[in-house]
Amino acid sequence: MSAVIEEHHPDDHHHGPDKGIMRWVFTTNHKDIGTLYLWFSFAMFLFGGVMALCIRAELFQPGLQIVSPELFNQLTTMHGLVMVFGAVMPAFVGLANWLVPMMIGAPDMALPRMNNYSFWILPFAFSMLASTFLMEGGAPNFGWTFYAPLSTDFAPPSVTFFIFAVHMMGISSIMGSINVIVTILNLRAPGMTLMRMPLFVWTWLITAYLLIAVMPVLAGVVTMMLMDIHFGTAFFNAGGGGDPVLFQHVFWFFGHPEVYIMILPAFGVVSAIIPTFARKKLFGYDSMVYASASIAFLSFIVWAHHMFTVGIPLAGELYFMYATMLIAVPTGVKVFNWVATMWQGSMTFETPMLFAIAFVILFTIGGFSGLMLAITPVDFQYHDTYFVVAHFHYVLVPGSVFAIMAAVYYWIPKWTGNMYNEPLGKTHFWLSFIGVNITFFPQHFVGLAGMPRRIPDYALQFADWNMVSSCGAFLFGFSQLLFLFIVIQTVRGGKPATEKVWEGAHGLEWTIPSPAPYHTFSTPPKEIPEAHG
Amino acid sequence: MSTQDAYEEYYVPHNSKLPIFASLGIFLTVFGMGNMFNETKAGVDSVFGEIVFLLGGLTMAATLWAWFSVVIRENHQKLYSDQMNRSYVWGMSWFIFSEVMFFAAFFGALFYVRFFVVDWIGGVGDRGPSDMIWPEYVPHWPMVNPPNPELFPGPAEIINPWGLPLLNTILLVSSSFTVTLAHHGIKEGNRKKLVNWLALTVILGLTFLVVQGYEYYHAYQDLGLTLASGIFGTTFFMLTGFHGAHVTLGTIMLIVMLGRALKGHFEADDCFGFEAASWYWHFVDVVWLGLFIFVYVLGS
Amino acid sequence: MNTVMRMWFAVAPLLLLSNAALADWSAVNMRQGVTEISRGVYDLHMIIFYVCCVIGVIVFGTMIVSMLMHRKSIGAEPATFHENTRLEVIWTVIPIVILVVMAIPATSTLRDMYEAGESDLDIEVRGYQWKWQYTYLNDDPAKEIQFMSALRTSQDEINNLENKGEHYLLDVDNPLVIPINKRVRFLVTAQDVIHAFWVPDFAVKKDAIPGFVHEAWTVVEEPGIYRGQCAELCGKDHGFMPIVVRAVPEHEYAMWVAEKQQEAQAAFETVGKTWSMEELMTKGEEVYMQHCVACHQANGQGIPPAFPSLVGQGVSVGSIDDHIDIVLNGKAGTAMQAFGLQLNPAEVAAVITYERNAWGNNMNDMVQPKKLGTMMASQ
Ligand code: HEA
Ligand code: HEA
Ligand code: HEC
Ligand code: CUA
Ligand SMILES: [Cu+2]
Repeated sequence: MSAVIEEHHPDDHHHGPDKGIMRWVFTTNHKDIGTLYLWFSFAMFLFGGVMALCIRAELFQPGLQIVSPELFNQLTTMHGLVMVFGAVMPAFVGLANWLVPMMIGAPDMALPRMNNYSFWILPFAFSMLASTFLMEGGAPNFGWTFYAPLSTDFAPPSVTFFIFAVHMMGISSIMGSINVIVTILNLRAPGMTLMRMPLFVWTWLITAYLLIAVMPVLAGVVTMMLMDIHFGTAFFNAGGGGDPVLFQHVFWFFGHPEVYIMILPAFGVVSAIIPTFARKKLFGYDSMVYASASIAFLSFIVWAHHMFTVGIPLAGELYFMYATMLIAVPTGVKVFNWVATMWQGSMTFETPMLFAIAFVILFTIGGFSGLMLAITPVDFQYHDTYFVVAHFHYVLVPGSVFAIMAAVYYWIPKWTGNMYNEPLGKTHFWLSFIGVNITFFPQHFVGLAGMPRRIPDYALQFADWNMVSSCGAFLFGFSQLLFLFIVIQTVRGGKPATEKVWEGAHGLEWTIPSPAPYHTFSTPPKEIPEAHG
Repeated sequence: MSTQDAYEEYYVPHNSKLPIFASLGIFLTVFGMGNMFNETKAGVDSVFGEIVFLLGGLTMAATLWAWFSVVIRENHQKLYSDQMNRSYVWGMSWFIFSEVMFFAAFFGALFYVRFFVVDWIGGVGDRGPSDMIWPEYVPHWPMVNPPNPELFPGPAEIINPWGLPLLNTILLVSSSFTVTLAHHGIKEGNRKKLVNWLALTVILGLTFLVVQGYEYYHAYQDLGLTLASGIFGTTFFMLTGFHGAHVTLGTIMLIVMLGRALKGHFEADDCFGFEAASWYWHFVDVVWLGLFIFVYVLGS
Repeated sequence: MNTVMRMWFAVAPLLLLSNAALADWSAVNMRQGVTEISRGVYDLHMIIFYVCCVIGVIVFGTMIVSMLMHRKSIGAEPATFHENTRLEVIWTVIPIVILVVMAIPATSTLRDMYEAGESDLDIEVRGYQWKWQYTYLNDDPAKEIQFMSALRTSQDEINNLENKGEHYLLDVDNPLVIPINKRVRFLVTAQDVIHAFWVPDFAVKKDAIPGFVHEAWTVVEEPGIYRGQCAELCGKDHGFMPIVVRAVPEHEYAMWVAEKQQEAQAAFETVGKTWSMEELMTKGEEVYMQHCVACHQANGQGIPPAFPSLVGQGVSVGSIDDHIDIVLNGKAGTAMQAFGLQLNPAEVAAVITYERNAWGNNMNDMVQPKKLGTMMASQ
């Protein structure tokens, strides 16, 4: 049979990449596509970050100085959307593309052409979304949660393009996830049983499942908006028998699993890095797998904790409070397992490890504030204040984003064949670590003191801490230019990396040369290692 | 064939021009559609949106055509191992799962309004005295009396489930049987059986669509039941409309399969294209049963 | 070692900063408020906070010890253990126990909040873009007090052209007035988009959802002025729709009610008289600056396309009946509200006259309050 292949594609098995830009446009190679995703995501991180810095600059002092209230709302909305859908999610898809096939000993993703399609939809979608800034009436200005009717009857015309951009992102995510699931379920090397898979693969399997389950629901809810806006339907209008709260139920049925979509792969990354640098096998592999699955399951049944103040009947409030609190249990199991992995290890603190440790600590702090938010009567005070902003930035920035950075430092020697500059990496870490805390810790204070979110101007008693927060934001933001520098430097050269790169590394991806050849595991690996992290 | 061997033959296409055109196509389609909608709403007289939409649609159609042709050609060249075919099986299954979730959102909306909101607006139940705002409104499902009848004039009547909808149920359910018989045709190597039953399935599907079209016409013309006649019309048309769109897609798939069957494609051990289409068809059928029960029968 | 040093360097400035703030807790913590419920909420907040602190100390403490002792640079050898079912069970069960214990007081506070008791006073709270309307419900509609409550801070303060006052952004023209030690029920709803009625000192936050009415209640124990803000993104001026509640002893409340009812009477009488162009223009400008300027802007140019210009185009220079119609009834599905619900006939007449004659719209016609009075009464 392979003779047939050779006839039609003489160099099919062992060709290298094409030359020129078209390599990237037409590629079906999981590594190329992973790279595309990662660069795209970084660009979006800067775009979203610049908007965040505009927000922070406006909030540096009370009074209106830089942006008008209309523009402020647009910036907040687009910042949230771009960071969530443009920066964090594509970054994890990029990591999955690079790593999943190498970790399970597969030759590529299962559906390589569709893989390219999933990626290339995104630049189109985000160009359309970004172009709404230039449209008459401005960009979407109703928050990334786009509650109706502010986002329907009262929205600027650009909302139509926002809706279609969300549809495109949804299509991209669904196809990407189908690809990941199929790859994991069908392309594992012989002997790579499910319980031998690295946790990163496990968490992505679960994440992909979440994505396929909830992205269509998001598509559904924006479609309802579209119909309300253009075709006179009454989904979110009490006058026609609908209910604005219906929007929130459907949105958060998507939205809550979405936040775990942004954290589960991060758990996987950290579960790979900590064992490596503690030189000790991951503690409680099985329970880590079960905990991830429990988190995913619970994430479907807690959505209304974002809506405690909308007037849900008492029984509903109680149910959603209890269910939400329950999520702390499997998440706690994960945290404890990481700590137990570090315990009595032989630790070194290279940049990836620093980011991973910071992840565990700061994510846990974010989780604690999440648990506080889950207590319904108290959430009445926290809801829609900066306390919530502090909560989710703690889980997202030193959570998801730190995990992504840790992953880049950890695997970039494998990707490029070069070591990054360690002192610079550590500098980047410390600047980020300090910056992130100065930015987001004070937001707990202003939130508790009563500062609502999504406001361009605030009362005088919030002034001091906002100023601190803004300073931190600029520190954190500009530190990321150092990250950009380090990555480019590493791509272009540096100390050659060995095959295994890290002394304590385990797993299939460390058995192939660095940089990883264009095609890996065209024949399956003979030896499948035990699960290690 | 051991898994080991199958694995070694995993076919990875070198590169492909298809996806970028598909991305462009989808972009033009929605960008055009967005412009169309906004132009209509703003009362602007322009065909820009329509043109872009058309371009996008054509690009999309051409790309999909080429894409499927490539896959079929590769399959005929025996580039695909069993394992590769399993990938397609998994892929299609998860795609259908995503479609299920899409419908779940709309069914969820229906249940929520029907079991809660209709009462809540009238101040019944434990949400609050909303009847302060809508003193005239009486909770009732199907909602023929929306709270604000000026903006949302209620329908005079709703569709009787035991007329056309029942007919449609019979059509779709029998089409599920016929498509299965066609599948048997493949398995038995009996091409005539395949073609005949498949053709009948297509005819049933098309008839369904015609009947539904007529039903919509009737609803708009005679009953005053429209998208804008309040939440009943909203959920009714959105659910049946999306279902209809899926029937249309399924029918197109089946027509393509019919064409392929006539060209002599499909063997007993190699007919995934056909199977995928038939799964899709069964899925559409099941959704219809849900609609029939929850929208038509329990709705009236 | 030096990593640890560096870590302390990182944390030290933070500690210093927070130390400075400790002097004034109210700037960094939730307030206890002035109702039984709000104190219950505060207590819950502190309990869960301390619980988190304790768990944090244990978890982070273990990590830090581990980072200090189990580092390769001091020759630590890795252990080989990697699972322990008993431990897993322990750290599953203990958090569950903590959570159950936490859920008990939370449940009881929540039940108290939802307790539907007999109320002494019902106030309908209606959110508009971007102001509040308060209606003191009364079985006799003639005795209902109704007024709008909007931001009082001047644009100049907001634009940094003037020094900011003490209650910058937290001051309104007409505060809500309630008696202390009475159970006040808020019936919260909205006219256009979702807002949220939030007074931190009462621990009351309820979303105001168009088309629905939600209940919340409070019993304020201490007289005083309590300030809150709209807590749901509601468009451009979401940051500029504060809530001010003045809680007063009962006799003072009675006096206030009497005064309000008199005011309403007086306003009613002015509607009856015939106004001069000048009077209408002055009153009109006043009303415009208070109610319309947010969208249509001081120069009448609006912010197209969301908020249309009223200068030299449209109904302001067209049919007077259409003009009256849109101001009275608004336009459904847009931000243009039905001002007939908010303003009295004199105000509506004045603002329409103003729009038809300001900014070079020299229509030279006017609307008499009397005419509108009959129109509005017949609706
Ligand atoms: C990565 C993203 C992410 C993650 C992981 C989480 C995790 C959690 N979140 Fe968060 N959340 C968001 C992103 C995230 N959240 C976002 C974006 C919003 C705002 C959306 C918007 O409105 O714009 C939000 C808002 C939000 C709200 C709504 C607030 C409001 O608007 O009023 C609530 C309320 O319950 C909540 C709760 C939780 C809980 C209980 C967890 C739990 O999963 C946390 C569990 C973890 C721990 C508890 C720490 C570790 C555990 C231990 C060490 C064990 C022992 C601990 C105890 C027993 C206490 N979140
Ligand atoms: C993963 C998601 C994510 C991430 C990473 C971030 C990152 C940041 N966020 Fe974001 N944020 C959200 C998700 C995220 N946020 C969401 C969902 C909301 C809610 C939106 C809503 O209310 O609807 C929100 C809201 C939000 C608010 C509240 C706005 C409001 O309520 O009005 C604030 C305010 O401080 C803020 C700040 C920041 C800051 C300072 C960062 C920093 O981490 C950013 C770091 C900065 C950079 C990375 C910039 C680097 C670039 C340069 C230095 C310039 C170089 C320029 C070029 C090369 C062109 N965010
Ligand atoms: C919250 C924003 C907002 C406020 C406040 C507001 N308007 Fe409007 N107004 C609008 C919008 C939006 C429209 C456009 C409605 C449409 O689409 O036809 C409008 C339209 C109008 C028009 C019709 C313009 C035309 O030519 O078609 C008039 C007249 C008008 N407003 C007067 C007023 C007056 C008088 C006030 C104050 C008492 C006021 N508006 C306050 C938002 C507002
Ligand atoms: Cu009203 Cu925010
Ligand atoms: Cu959530």
